[in-house]
Amino acid sequence: MEKTILDVRNLRIRYGGSPVEAVRGVSFTLGRERLGIVGESGSGKSTVGRAMLRLLPGATITADMLRFEETDLLALSEKEMLKVRGRRMSMILQDPKFSLNPIRRVGDQVAETYLRHFQCSRREAHDKAVAMLEAVKIRDPERVFRQYPHEISGGMGQRVMIAMMLLADPDLVIADEPTSALDVTVRLQVLNILDGLVRDRGIGLIMISHDLNLVRNFCDRVLIMYAGKVVETLKASDLDHAQHPYTQGLLAAQPRIGGTRQPLAVLDRKPEWLEESL
Amino acid sequence: MTADTHPRSMPGWLIAPKNILVFLLRSPTSAFGLAVLALLILTAIFAPLLATHDPYVQALGNVLKPPGDGHLFGTDELGRDIFSRLVYGARITLTIIFLVSIVVGPIGLVIGTSAGYLGGKFDTVMMRITDIFLSFPSLILSLAFVAALGPSLNNAIIAIALTSWPPIARLARAEAMTFRNADYIAAARLQGASATRIIVKSIMPMCLPSVLIRLTLNMATVILTAAGLGFLGLGAQPPMPEWGAMIATGRRYMLDSWWLVTFPGVSILSVSLAFNLLGDGLRDALDPKQMNRR
Amino acid sequence: MSLPRLRLAGAAGQLGSIAVTLLGLLMLTFFIGRLMPADPVRAIVGEDATRETYEQVYTSLGLDRPLYEQFVYYLGDVLTGDFGTSIRTGQPVIEDILHVMPATIELATFAIFIGATLGVSMGVLAAVNKDRWPDHVVRVLSLFGHSMPIFWTGMIALIVFYAHLGLVGGSGRMDQFYIGLVDDRTGFLLVDSLLAGEMDVFWSALNHLILPAALLGYSSSAYITRMTRSFMLDQLGQEYVTTARVKGLSRHQTIWLHAFGNIRVQLVTIIALAYGSLLEGAVLIETVFAWPGFGQYLTSNLIIGDMNAVMTCVLIVGVIFIGLNLLSDILYRIFDPRTR
Ligand SMILES: Nc1ncnc2c1ncn2[C@@H]1O[C@H](COP(=O)(O)OP(=O)(O)OP(=O)(O)O)[C@@H](O)[C@H]1O
Ligand SMILES: [Mg+2]
Repeated sequence: MEKTILDVRNLRIRYGGSPVEAVRGVSFTLGRERLGIVGESGSGKSTVGRAMLRLLPGATITADMLRFEETDLLALSEKEMLKVRGRRMSMILQDPKFSLNPIRRVGDQVAETYLRHFQCSRREAHDKAVAMLEAVKIRDPERVFRQYPHEISGGMGQRVMIAMMLLADPDLVIADEPTSALDVTVRLQVLNILDGLVRDRGIGLIMISHDLNLVRNFCDRVLIMYAGKVVETLKASDLDHAQHPYTQGLLAAQPRIGGTRQPLAVLDRKPEWLEESL
Repeated sequence: MTADTHPRSMPGWLIAPKNILVFLLRSPTSAFGLAVLALLILTAIFAPLLATHDPYVQALGNVLKPPGDGHLFGTDELGRDIFSRLVYGARITLTIIFLVSIVVGPIGLVIGTSAGYLGGKFDTVMMRITDIFLSFPSLILSLAFVAALGPSLNNAIIAIALTSWPPIARLARAEAMTFRNADYIAAARLQGASATRIIVKSIMPMCLPSVLIRLTLNMATVILTAAGLGFLGLGAQPPMPEWGAMIATGRRYMLDSWWLVTFPGVSILSVSLAFNLLGDGLRDALDPKQMNRR
Repeated sequence: MSLPRLRLAGAAGQLGSIAVTLLGLLMLTFFIGRLMPADPVRAIVGEDATRETYEQVYTSLGLDRPLYEQFVYYLGDVLTGDFGTSIRTGQPVIEDILHVMPATIELATFAIFIGATLGVSMGVLAAVNKDRWPDHVVRVLSLFGHSMPIFWTGMIALIVFYAHLGLVGGSGRMDQFYIGLVDDRTGFLLVDSLLAGEMDVFWSALNHLILPAALLGYSSSAYITRMTRSFMLDQLGQEYVTTARVKGLSRHQTIWLHAFGNIRVQLVTIIALAYGSLLEGAVLIETVFAWPGFGQYLTSNLIIGDMNAVMTCVLIVGVIFIGLNLLSDILYRIFDPRTR
């Protein structure tokens, strides 16, 4: 791990109007690697992801440190933050059906990222967008450029989303369950495209997911979250040697091809996990 | 929720209205609406006590007197006390509201629930008819009815009622359609209950709450339409102290005697604003998302 | 942009349903006109006509025939463009109405312009600041506009802005001494005065137009505000808004370039419908401002009981409503890519 892209220490997030913190003291670092964040629903994965972009309206974010490359994210003004979002750090959202503007042409939406961050002509932005659509393996990019979101498939939509978020060549991409809304048959295809681009361009990736198997295959390191805390951090290859009982429980609850026919284990939660810290 | 504090002591059917009331009182705007309406009702009830003069007695030696000097809101062109006329006018306003409600509610309920429950041709025809009524602005259609019936307060009320049932019927129909397939309705049907019986005994009571709320929401429009008809000389006739008609007669003197039109107008505005604020609050109160938020 | 293709089947179905609604409209106006106690013959012959004259007019109007036959005749008349003659002017009713219509259209168009600008901006403001003070202020302002008896507000405004402050022109479409100065070419005074090069008349007309139009616009803005706010809230809760923020768009850009862009079609629909409802307010405001338009024509005929004129007016309002509904439907289909 050469250079740290992201250094998070003791991150705490509280939503407006909520009496408890949704994220309670999360710490981790990220280099030019692929980090998986796994945990059950409501454990605060998306909240952590969005906090990196400071896109949590009404929530209070505090941290001992929230450093992105040389920048202290918490010290930036909203105006400075605009230059970070999309340009240096971006995020792939879950469901292309909702995350693309339904009445704007797909290509215009992709090109918009470029136009936001670079002084250039529309023509140039168009060419960049088409090239990027090609890079996410869309066969007829000029045609797709002119289509509306309802005219393209989910898998295609998510590739468009990837193109849009990588177009300005960011250093860090957060993918929040990028494939959970997709048909199983295209999941791998989309993940491979994302993986290829991230590796080629040396982009740091945070992949948020429910799916341990997926994270195991596409990430270098895994963060296990439970109730707003990180309970364990380990190498993807070491997942089988997880120490924490919650991780072990998660693993046991995963179906395996060739595994035993016994009923899958039911996840067991202990109240003391809520309190212990790493 | 508030009702949880004494769940036993309150009959079941009262809990929801009480919750709604508590919710309404917590928002300043709808509390204001409720207060104005309470004031309106009290004024109407105690009109003889509140009025300082007889609203009909003319005093030709005392015309167009500005407010003050024994006449709180001044006197009109025939020397009648404007305050007393407004107080008695509250009775007319309440009468209009009451009569329109008791005509429109049942008509809308019967047409809507039977269309929704029976479906088929009857439904198609009924909904066509409501469509036709809805394709006019309500004032214009009321105007047409009054023009044909002849101008009078009663005819104005009939006209308003005739034009304001369609939205109620629409709503009742939509509700009835959701209940139509409920299990207990199917059970009643299997027991051999007639359609009429099912509609009257099971469907109508279920639709009643939303119909009542919708009626409240419509009241502001009803009041403005009635006042508009009165103003055009098609509603209440002189010497009745109806607020719209008072504005119409005061119009001739408005440049010199502003009080003739100002006070009746403020009265109309307050009552219709009160209903609108209340309706707005009700909409919030009944929206489950909003209920939890506060 | 590809040519908008309306779905043929849908369009045909819609035409059919419009035809049925129109027929119903005619029935309604016909029956209101004939079944009610107001006596059309008395209105024509007057109170002290002889029995023979009365009978004669009675038969000439076809009132001795059965109702359904009368309706068929009425239908035939209407389809051939014959709406009867006005008792007061002796002119065909439809000509009278066409003559007064431009004044109302001028007023209503100006009003909707004001109402839409006000309503849309207040609605966006409220949605963007949901549950904060601008939202509450907008809510009260728009409910206020919705609650005011417009005929009364009109008078108060006349007292204040005309009589006391002298800021605007009073009743009528222009100052007295300009009347008859410009030729009636389009019927729209603003246009006619410009065509004639009479700037004084133009300014006078504008001066007279502004107050009633502002009041009408304000009262119609309540509905537009409410709808804009709810459309906007709907859009702001969508995930694509987050996408735009992630791309680096500011909140302001996201609101105007994305969310607002997506409600434009819905807004056009709403504004078209609000334009129809303006006619209602126009009836009252024209009476207050002595505006020689459709509303005043309607009310003056109401008072003398000329049912021919009244029912034609009502019919026309109905047709305008249906037309606007249809128009907003068509606009929707043309401008929303998802319905193409
Ligand atoms: N806008 C919000 N306002 C208040 N609380 C919120 C909001 N969004 C999320 N929360 C709360 O924060 C906690 C963490 O939510 P988050 O969405 O980050 O979980 P997650 O791990 O991403 O879950 P999932 O796997 O279902 O996406 C949850 O308890 C949730 O209820
Ligand atoms: Mg999530």
